[in-house]
Amino acid sequence: MATFEPVLTRGIGEIDLTDIEVYKQTGGFASLDKALRQMTPEAVAGEVSASNLRGRGGAGFPTGKKWSFLPNDGRPRYLVCNCDEAEPGTFKDHMLLEATPFSIIEGLIISAYAIRAQKIFMYIRGEFLDGYRIFRRALEQATLQGYAGRRILGTDLSMDIVMHRGAGAYICGEETAMLESIEGKRGEPRLKPPFPANAGLYGMPTVVNNVETICCVPPIITRGAAWFASIGPEKCPGPKIISVSGHVRKPGNYEVPMGIPARELIDDYAGGLLPGRRLKAIQPGGGSSAAIFEEDLDTRIDFDSLAAKKTMLGSGGFVVMDDTTCMVRASQTLVRFFEHESCGQCTPCREGGQWVARMVSRLEAGEGSASDLRVLNTINNTITGTNLCPLGDSIMPFLSSVLRRFPEEFEAHVRMAGCPLRAVALGATG
Amino acid sequence: MTPERRARAEELIARYPQAQSALIPFLQFCQAQDGYVTEQAISDGAEMAGITPAKARSIASFYSLLFKEPVGKHVVQICRTLSCMLRGADELQAHARKRLGLRNGETSADGAFTYEEVECLAACDRAPCLQHNLEFHYDVTPAEFDRLLETWAARDPATTMPAE
Repeated sequence: MATFEPVLTRGIGEIDLTDIEVYKQTGGFASLDKALRQMTPEAVAGEVSASNLRGRGGAGFPTGKKWSFLPNDGRPRYLVCNCDEAEPGTFKDHMLLEATPFSIIEGLIISAYAIRAQKIFMYIRGEFLDGYRIFRRALEQATLQGYAGRRILGTDLSMDIVMHRGAGAYICGEETAMLESIEGKRGEPRLKPPFPANAGLYGMPTVVNNVETICCVPPIITRGAAWFASIGPEKCPGPKIISVSGHVRKPGNYEVPMGIPARELIDDYAGGLLPGRRLKAIQPGGGSSAAIFEEDLDTRIDFDSLAAKKTMLGSGGFVVMDDTTCMVRASQTLVRFFEHESCGQCTPCREGGQWVARMVSRLEAGEGSASDLRVLNTINNTITGTNLCPLGDSIMPFLSSVLRRFPEEFEAHVRMAGCPLRAVALGATG
Repeated sequence: MTPERRARAEELIARYPQAQSALIPFLQFCQAQDGYVTEQAISDGAEMAGITPAKARSIASFYSLLFKEPVGKHVVQICRTLSCMLRGADELQAHARKRLGLRNGETSADGAFTYEEVECLAACDRAPCLQHNLEFHYDVTPAEFDRLLETWAARDPATTMPAE
């Protein structure tokens, strides 16, 4: 832990990185200068490929490979930056947007240069109005000083960043839904293929990258792919921001080397559990991920290690639940989330999500039946893997994982017509 | 369309390769003036985007921050998802409902407050959190809510949902 030097969050909370002069004093835009003056677009893309950077939005797809899929057919290309962060338990992009907007701008211009994009679209979640204003001010300053807009750094490169505010819809974080949304339509995911690389925004070749992914690009260019690739596991290296929330002493965003054990994240970074509590469950990758438990605390936090545990790193939202947490209530908040956020195109997601949310809510209210439990135990295969985007596949993982692990807790809700934990708590307080 | 709205529409359209991309920003602009997305805004937006009003209405209805009916001057949105629930959102919501005299989704008769329980606001380390006219408030205890309520009630916001 001592040898790791944070790069993505460097200075955040200590200095005002929303001031362009401060950003420049800390070495800001050196990477842009190097990329534009000393490297060809191919060399920049090659460096990102060689770094083994994998997308930080949730899917973990290799960024260099994603860039390489763009066809060379003369059509205009677009780069879209995904700042629609809304995965339950994830708040890293929100922080980056508000605390270090110039890192995003620098990463965007370098990435757009690398893929020869014609324009950049910055999609900012509608709820992040403060962040939108901070980014807009930063973009104005960067444009004024020649780091964006016309003839960047006096070179032939001109690049506009079009800011687009979302209007409230989790699904628009899915890349094809985001494209629909920018086109002024309902945010309904598209059937793939064709992939955005071939037919993306306005039908043109498009790359959609997450904010944190974009923020990894400048340090890769400055310090080199070998530096990035040397941090953490070979197949998914680099620094990673994990958002830790729930029952820990110090919730927050922590930049860690990819691959640290879950235990280290909780105990050394987040200050451990609250006094006198025991761990019950962790969601390691946002609301869409299956839970891990006490015996999994040595699991390493990276895409592959968590996939091996049948869960995922996802967006890096790490939600810690201690022994005071009712698993039925926890599940209810999540299934209700997905029910609410379903775009409604696919029947298993739209109808399945609704029925599952109703059943779990019944259980929580003490009105559930044994048949509800039977359905919840068997419905996974009907819902998961039967939708055209990952939202429908996100309804069941957490619920199924805690149903398997704590069946007695769900059964008790039926038997006692309510929550046994609440009954205990009420008994204790008289 | 009023000349002001037409000018705004043209300015928004110029940002994008296709006019329809300006629809949602345009409706956000209209909402900031009218307090919600009116039928006039829908028909102006449709005209601007070159689509039917029915289509524009369908698009607007997809987004939770575009209001189909008038809302209060103060829109209070408390997070109800997992991380906030783990850190006291249930108590905060119960307190807020009681103080405002409103249930989830309701607007007060005097048009002052709208209360909503919303999904994850991406501020889970400072839970429970809420937004008041899209302004974040973090680590909100019931006592802190009472304090906020006083400051809101003393203030008459220029616009409930700012466009930009």
